[in-house]
Amino acid sequence: MTTDTASQDMRGGEPLKRSLGRALRRQKARALLLIAPLLIFICLGFLMPIASMLFRSVENGIVEEILPNTVSALDVWDVDSTELPPESVFRALVEDLQVAIPERTALNVARRMNFEAAGFTTMVRRAQREVPGWDLETDGPFRERMIDLHRNWGDLDTWRALKAYSSTLTGGYYLAAVDYTMVSGHIEPMPDNQSLHQMLFWRTAWMSGLICFLALLLGYPVAFLLANIKERNANLLLILVLLPFWTSLLVRTSSWKVLLQDQGVINQILVSAHIIADDNRFQMVNNKFGVIIAMTHILLPFMILPLYSVMKTIPPTYVRAAKSLGANDWTAFWRVYFPQSIPGIGAGAILVFIMAVGYYITPELVGGPSGMFISNRIAHQWYVSGNWGLVGALGTILLVAVMVLYWVYDRVVGIDNVKLG
Amino acid sequence: MSQARADGFVVFDRVQKSYDGEILVVKDLNLSMPKGEFLTMLGPSGSGKTTCLMMLAGFETATHGEILLDGKPINNIPPHKRGIGMVFQNYALFPHMTIAENLSFPLEVRGLGKSEREAKITRALDMVQMVSFANRRPAQLSGGQQQRVALARALVFEPELVLMDEPLGALDKQLREHMQFEITNLAHTLGITTVYVTHDQTEALTMSDRVAVFNDGRIQQLAPPEDLYERPENSFVAQFIGENNKLDGVVETIKGEHCTVRLDDGTLVDAQPVNVSSVGERTRVSIRPERVESNPERLHPDAHLVDAEVLEFIYMGDTFRFRLKVAGRDDFVMKYRNAQDQRRLAAGDKIRIGWRPEDCRALDA
Repeated sequence: MTTDTASQDMRGGEPLKRSLGRALRRQKARALLLIAPLLIFICLGFLMPIASMLFRSVENGIVEEILPNTVSALDVWDVDSTELPPESVFRALVEDLQVAIPERTALNVARRMNFEAAGFTTMVRRAQREVPGWDLETDGPFRERMIDLHRNWGDLDTWRALKAYSSTLTGGYYLAAVDYTMVSGHIEPMPDNQSLHQMLFWRTAWMSGLICFLALLLGYPVAFLLANIKERNANLLLILVLLPFWTSLLVRTSSWKVLLQDQGVINQILVSAHIIADDNRFQMVNNKFGVIIAMTHILLPFMILPLYSVMKTIPPTYVRAAKSLGANDWTAFWRVYFPQSIPGIGAGAILVFIMAVGYYITPELVGGPSGMFISNRIAHQWYVSGNWGLVGALGTILLVAVMVLYWVYDRVVGIDNVKLG
Repeated sequence: MSQARADGFVVFDRVQKSYDGEILVVKDLNLSMPKGEFLTMLGPSGSGKTTCLMMLAGFETATHGEILLDGKPINNIPPHKRGIGMVFQNYALFPHMTIAENLSFPLEVRGLGKSEREAKITRALDMVQMVSFANRRPAQLSGGQQQRVALARALVFEPELVLMDEPLGALDKQLREHMQFEITNLAHTLGITTVYVTHDQTEALTMSDRVAVFNDGRIQQLAPPEDLYERPENSFVAQFIGENNKLDGVVETIKGEHCTVRLDDGTLVDAQPVNVSSVGERTRVSIRPERVESNPERLHPDAHLVDAEVLEFIYMGDTFRFRLKVAGRDDFVMKYRNAQDQRRLAAGDKIRIGWRPEDCRALDA
């Protein structure tokens, strides 16, 4: 008996567990090999850019790299001091600039500082002409000479900003992303005329919510119809729902512009039908209205499809049972059918909302300034200002917000209840 | 029919139904049920039985004819106002509600107060021994338990008529037999009129007061289970209910309750004329396997005997089954009770079989 067990455990001298482990490992390796191309693609095309975005949102090595002596000399100076930094700091600055100007990096740091406080580029440009000619040993003291070059060098705020944004890693971009600044060395709200992000985040959220709600309102009856008519007719109708998918997003957005603009189809018809006056055309584009209309239309299939797939699984006997128990049509729908369609609503809503929150093209084309989303601001910061740090911070906030939303949603609705197909 | 219209609690009066305007799914259906009856609609799929039930429930409308409930035509009454309890094939318990909420639903839509609802729910659950499950969800119950709840839900608002659409179809055999007993018991105790749809003939025979056998959109025979089995009125019913041997032939003599039939291979057999009236008519005689006699001594001396060859012997525990070759057909079945003194025949044995004329019915060809 014992020998039997032993021989079972030892296959050719190898314990069962180990041979099983080896067999499974081979299976896993094969599976991994199959997904390897996609995995590599995702790593390179998705995870790495995200990691890079996260890194850029806090990375601030440029100041210390280009002005190393200035930054270390500033250590002794307190941001709350009412005195200008000592001569040693100015001397260190001149020393750094004398290295940076020939290397053509001085303007880079100036541009970086310009994101936080205006004026740095002018200050450095002026310095570029003079500073390289100065002798570090004989031409001092440098405080007055620098202030002569540009009076801002004598301004306390300049030095406070420089000290506040000198660390290698900074939270400054995140502060900027939520309309705060620490140019004074302390965290405080930006002046109202520069505050834009909070308002844009809020606008993006409520407009996405509204679009999501409208898509649900329009999509629910369509999905219901799709799920409750004959298969053949349903397929035809489904093609109509899917048709926009096969049309370029740009084309759909542009056609909304054609429809909605001042000289557009809708206004022309209303004017020619004498419903509105020629000089009183509806302003339907380059504002929130246009964005809501166009995005609701564009995102509608993403609401209808999950709804449809859930509704298709609800057997018609439930409604029949409800009616046989004495419920009228509305009660049968509301108490029996609707609750069972909630997983579809959840799936559709989360899909549409998350897509809407990150939408760019449609608000860009039909939004105008008042219909702008946060993504348009991100794009602007990127290709106009080149402020990669702020782009990273805004993007990260958007990403985290969506993830938090997803988490809350999972806790409330349960992601297992969500059906996409 | 006017008499039946006046008497019946549930009446189908010349009802027809067509879905596509071309084919009649239900053809000229006439049926009258007294109060308290347990009636089963039995038939193969597509025979129109479920359509009839759906018309009664109000989910389908009759194309022609009238359906009356307690003397009142209900053709134009929507389903939720008919007050008919219904048990569905897959129970149709609302998955997002607890058992108690499921039962509460019909009471809530009727506007009953909370305490009254609770009393009725408890009573209904008690009836099916499911009180302790009140706060569970349907998905947490077994098939049999769901079935009981579905039954309780159909009864909780005290309907006078309950419809059941193959309610036991999804249960295993043992549970099904148990539930058959419980359902009939409940129906009779509460005095509810029940229309039960099934394609399982055992279920129909064991549960019903009367069975309506459907085929091709018509009721083929409407009779108590015993009549249906012992005295089928046509070949369809004879074939559909129970096991049956069929032999084709021509009527040779006919005299009152007795006739002889010349089978196609020339053999002469005894039968009782049911659907035949004259000599020379083609007929199909039908005989139950357990009524075939292989011991000529037990038959009338004048009885016609038939040569048979045993092809197969099948041991089935309580019965012995023999497949015989009779009159050129090799699907003739003879069945014996498993008794100590019973002869066991072996394949290849040549025997002579016969039957009492009243056990063999000459039906339509």
